[in-house]
Amino acid sequence: MESSVLVIAIFVLGIIAFVVGRSRSVAISQNVGGIRFLNSLPFYYGALTALWCAIPSFLVFAVWSLFDDTIIRSTIIATLPAEAADSVGGNLNLLFNQIYNVSVGAAGSDSAPDYMVAAAQHLHSLQAISRWALTGLVLACALSTSIVVWSKINPQLKARYQVERVFRSFLFLCSSLAILTTIGIVVSVLFESIRFFSMVSPVDFLFGLEWSPQMAIRADQEGSSGSFGAIPLFTGTLLIALIALIIAVPCGLMTAIFLSEYASSRIRDIIKPMLEVLAGIPTVVYGFFAALTVAPFIRDMGLNIGLDQWLPISSESALAAGLVMGVMIIPFVSSLSDDVINAVPQSLRDGALGLGSTRSEVIKQVVIPAALPGIVGGVLLAASRAIGETMIVVMAAGLAANLTLNPLDSVTTVTVQIVTLLVGDQEFDSPKTLAAFALGLMLFLVTLSLNYFALHIVKKYREQYD
Amino acid sequence: MQDTVIESKAPTAKAVQAERTKKTTKTESNAMNAKRSPTEIAESITETVGKPLAQNAKLAMRDVNVYYDQKQAVFDVNLDIAENQVVALIGPSGCGKSTFLRCLNRMNDTIDICRVAGSIQLDGMDIYDSKLDVVPLRARVGMVFQKPNPFPKSIYDNVAYGPRIHGLVNRRADLDEVVESSLRKAGLWEEVKDRLESPGTGLSGGQQQRLCIARTIAVSPEVILMDEPCSALDPIATAKIEELIAELSQNFTIAIVTHSMQQAARVSHRTAYFHLGRLVEVNETEKVFTNPDHELTEAYITGRFG
Repeated sequence: MESSVLVIAIFVLGIIAFVVGRSRSVAISQNVGGIRFLNSLPFYYGALTALWCAIPSFLVFAVWSLFDDTIIRSTIIATLPAEAADSVGGNLNLLFNQIYNVSVGAAGSDSAPDYMVAAAQHLHSLQAISRWALTGLVLACALSTSIVVWSKINPQLKARYQVERVFRSFLFLCSSLAILTTIGIVVSVLFESIRFFSMVSPVDFLFGLEWSPQMAIRADQEGSSGSFGAIPLFTGTLLIALIALIIAVPCGLMTAIFLSEYASSRIRDIIKPMLEVLAGIPTVVYGFFAALTVAPFIRDMGLNIGLDQWLPISSESALAAGLVMGVMIIPFVSSLSDDVINAVPQSLRDGALGLGSTRSEVIKQVVIPAALPGIVGGVLLAASRAIGETMIVVMAAGLAANLTLNPLDSVTTVTVQIVTLLVGDQEFDSPKTLAAFALGLMLFLVTLSLNYFALHIVKKYREQYD
Repeated sequence: MQDTVIESKAPTAKAVQAERTKKTTKTESNAMNAKRSPTEIAESITETVGKPLAQNAKLAMRDVNVYYDQKQAVFDVNLDIAENQVVALIGPSGCGKSTFLRCLNRMNDTIDICRVAGSIQLDGMDIYDSKLDVVPLRARVGMVFQKPNPFPKSIYDNVAYGPRIHGLVNRRADLDEVVESSLRKAGLWEEVKDRLESPGTGLSGGQQQRLCIARTIAVSPEVILMDEPCSALDPIATAKIEELIAELSQNFTIAIVTHSMQQAARVSHRTAYFHLGRLVEVNETEKVFTNPDHELTEAYITGRFG
């Protein structure tokens, strides 16, 4: 049987097992005086039978599928004559692929040597045996386990407990998926970074002032070494994130205060969905808005008021990217702040109003201080968003790694450099490519710690009022 | 008038109990009343029995109706609260007494759907006048809430909050004095004088409620509204607050909503009984608890419902 058919067969058997197990428990319950004398409801007996039918047989299926290729392959290679290995210079992978091609009748298989044709036939027969054995084994497993469980069904069997334990483990597996992914990312980035740091010293990377990752292909080329000082990237990232936060924090906070304290429910019903739409715009759209509209506007403005006498003005600027990124994270800040402001108990507002406070006094002196930890948490989350943002800066901030604090000049960020280092064909053992992983590691560490602190602060605040 | 009330106040528990037993039997024998349910009786009430009006009214309410959207919560209430008098508002849950109390300093303004009709006058000034600013009104009519709600600030700043926002004092020394005297009046000074800078939320429930009372009297209001101030407190903290109310009544006019009839009997001069949004009866507290005029009041204080 084909694998897909087998999986469907397991599924169908599981359903049958459910029905059979359920009806047996119902039948048994008649002898003891009704369903209420069973340990669990009939559904759980059915589910238990079905789980026992499907899970072990599926595991057998998975393990077999994982290993049968390797086993068949080593069997084939072991039975080949010695001359076969010589003919491909000891490259057994190549040899096996040739045999495989012959076995599926690919082009050129007519002229194959005899031993190869024999091996191909052998491969064919082994594959057929494997398939039939797998089918037999899986079906036998499904049937035997379900029959065992079926025969064990009695009023004392704790079916509900066992089924719920299986579901609990399943839920646990689902929830650990995200954690395992995170760990996997960290580990992979970490190993590549270690390779990078074995070629470039961490001190040069963390404190170097010049970033020019181009490596010479030939030794006699100019600038063959490349330099990997990441300070210009960190400065650029922080500059843009700072500009974005200067826009987003006051604006988002004021929006949240207006929405939660002043706006009538009608206005709130209009503004809130619009903010959510703003949050849903793809960042690449913000990116071309920044690159095509905002950046030229800022450059022209700078030129018109004659700033170019003192400062270099570039058509791709930190200011343009930062402004647009700021607008992008306004909904983020406002919705988080709105949540924490709404979480301030009405009784505190009543208390302040009852003393004769004006609305603005209530907000400034009671609501904001009470909500402050949550607001700070929200701002930190927004900051980690701004630092990790890629598309807008790729399009609007430029690629030149200038070490500058001039917001009108073009700067580059960690994320932009990761993109440029990894776009296109790369060799994965040059420091140029590996530098992307080191940058990624830095980015990951910074945003992870920001998120951790932010969530910690938010959580602490929540405990205060619940 | 007030003197006579204070003298005749607080009948012994035994006497009250004896009265109640007597009343209960009397009422049960009244076949006429037994036929109608309390709801039917309450809905037919058009006029408050007893003495809802007073001579030197600090607060005068006339034909007050309160609506939440379409639903009417308070019906045609007429009531006077005399100067330096404690009036207790009692009645079963949802009878409109808290809603009514919140009308007296326009706290209901914070609820969008709430609408108040009728006239409420503080010293002859209509507090629902459209030109009136609620900020000074709320400074004159302070409020203590059901759940202690100290601000997330220090004890000192909690009490100093009102004087600061109203600009009542100019110098730090004066502010210190206001804070100390308010905390003394609220009976909290001795317990907190060494930790005025620690957060108000760190106090126990009873202390927090006294802090809230101190915060309210720091503004020197003329009237204090209390919405079940002891409902979240244990009996010892309750006893302290009740003592405090008795002392405060020398200087302040107080309206207190309570679910504890013993509390109403202990602290108030006059008692108003609400049922389903109608003000059923207003009388001297002693009369309400020993010989009420209305059958519903009697049924409520004897514990037959509510």
